Amino acid sequence: MNPRLTFATAGRVLRQVRGDHRTLALMIAVPCVLIGLLAWIFNGTPVFDKIGAPLLGVFPFVVMFLITSVATLRERSSGTLERLLSTPLGKGDFLGGYALAFGALAVVQALVATGFAIWVCGLDVAGPRWLLVVMAVVDAVLGTATGLFVSAFARTEFQAVQFMPAFVLPQFLLCGLLVPRNGLPRVLELASDVLPLSYAVDAMRTLTTQVDAAGDVGRDVAIVAAFAVGAIALGSLTLRRRTP
Amino acid sequence: MTSDESPAVVVDDLHVIRGSREVLPGISLSVPRGQVVGLLGPNGGGKTTLLRSIVGVQIIAGGTVTVLGEPAGSPSLRSRVGYVTQEASVYADLTVRANLNYFAALVGAPRSDVDRVIEVVDLGAEVDSRVDRLSGGQRSRVSLGAALVGSPELLILDEPTVALDPVLRRDLWALFRRLAEKGTTLLVSSHVMDEATRCDRLLLLREGRLLADDSPDGLLARTGAPNAEQAFFALIEAEAAA
Repeated sequence: MNPRLTFATAGRVLRQVRGDHRTLALMIAVPCVLIGLLAWIFNGTPVFDKIGAPLLGVFPFVVMFLITSVATLRERSSGTLERLLSTPLGKGDFLGGYALAFGALAVVQALVATGFAIWVCGLDVAGPRWLLVVMAVVDAVLGTATGLFVSAFARTEFQAVQFMPAFVLPQFLLCGLLVPRNGLPRVLELASDVLPLSYAVDAMRTLTTQVDAAGDVGRDVAIVAAFAVGAIALGSLTLRRRTP
Repeated sequence: MTSDESPAVVVDDLHVIRGSREVLPGISLSVPRGQVVGLLGPNGGGKTTLLRSIVGVQIIAGGTVTVLGEPAGSPSLRSRVGYVTQEASVYADLTVRANLNYFAALVGAPRSDVDRVIEVVDLGAEVDSRVDRLSGGQRSRVSLGAALVGSPELLILDEPTVALDPVLRRDLWALFRRLAEKGTTLLVSSHVMDEATRCDRLLLLREGRLLADDSPDGLLARTGAPNAEQAFFALIEAEAAA
């Protein structure tokens, strides 16, 4: 990996997103709208305090998954990826560039969404608030890495978009938001143990309920980060300089 | 310097299989340095596969491809070989300048080189336009420009003049000539036979086999044909008769 090439790639990706005002607006505004809706629906009940924070971890994962899978599919199908891999750019630079760019966008998204949830919707957070943002950014990088990986298996943008329900919704169902994970049938509980979103949601929940949450949350952050690194490694296997 | 005497590209007994079809069933050729070499032949004849093998992005089944003295696709070649695919492979949602800046960064070329290239591909008026707002011809010149930054020693161009109007085609061939005069080696594919006269050397490729490797004059003298297209037909008939 060459930091200069990684940063050049991250800059290029950010420049592409910056030119697309609507995507940028959706990325920032949609999580706030959903959080706002949720707070409104459960107005006067304790439910929002329970699921508001976990959802702050789910949104960046979903959004970055979608955007990255479509963006890298475009790179694959437009010939730019083949061209890039015929230059000195390394696979690590390509993946690192995307992770950096979307990680940076995730910081903005997480700051806005978390701020909105806490100050506008009145979300109660017992633990340190900055950890909410850290978790959200790690989730976003996980979404980026997973999206990059699965884009290798999509031939069209239609397929890429449908990987979202295929990859994300099962994790959403099993992550403990609907039924606590230890209340799931044994097989499903085991399945939820190997899915990254479970740890993201665990971390967010711990943060909202425990004052000294840093230790447990740190462990969950590390687990999700490890999943992200694993997905990036898998993604790099799908980038081939030589193709048939 | 003896290394400059060696050919820019040497292909030896190259076999490439795509799917169940052997696209290149053992082809050998060489491309001399500092020349404009035309790779001509009908569509589906293996031109793109051969070019991809030389760039080093094609999985090959056998044989060797040596580029600037090193195996094709070697890391050290990645900033010395420029490759322009048939489709304009640049970022449609970036401006011309942003595209060229990025590709310049990848090969370590200074920003000043981007200005030079913009001049060379004649996109001065469009530098701040997004690529998806440009015409097809302008877009393919952006793609060409992205390969020109950093002044690679070898340029591999896959059908760069396809779908361009006659004036642009003439300008582009004049540009190729100027680049060759400065020492760049160009391997340019085309299925338009009348572009043959603009090359120093011609490779005629049909169904994965090399029908001719000659200068344009040599080709006409050998076949007695009045132009490259007729020469090509004469070669096909001669092969069928043999």
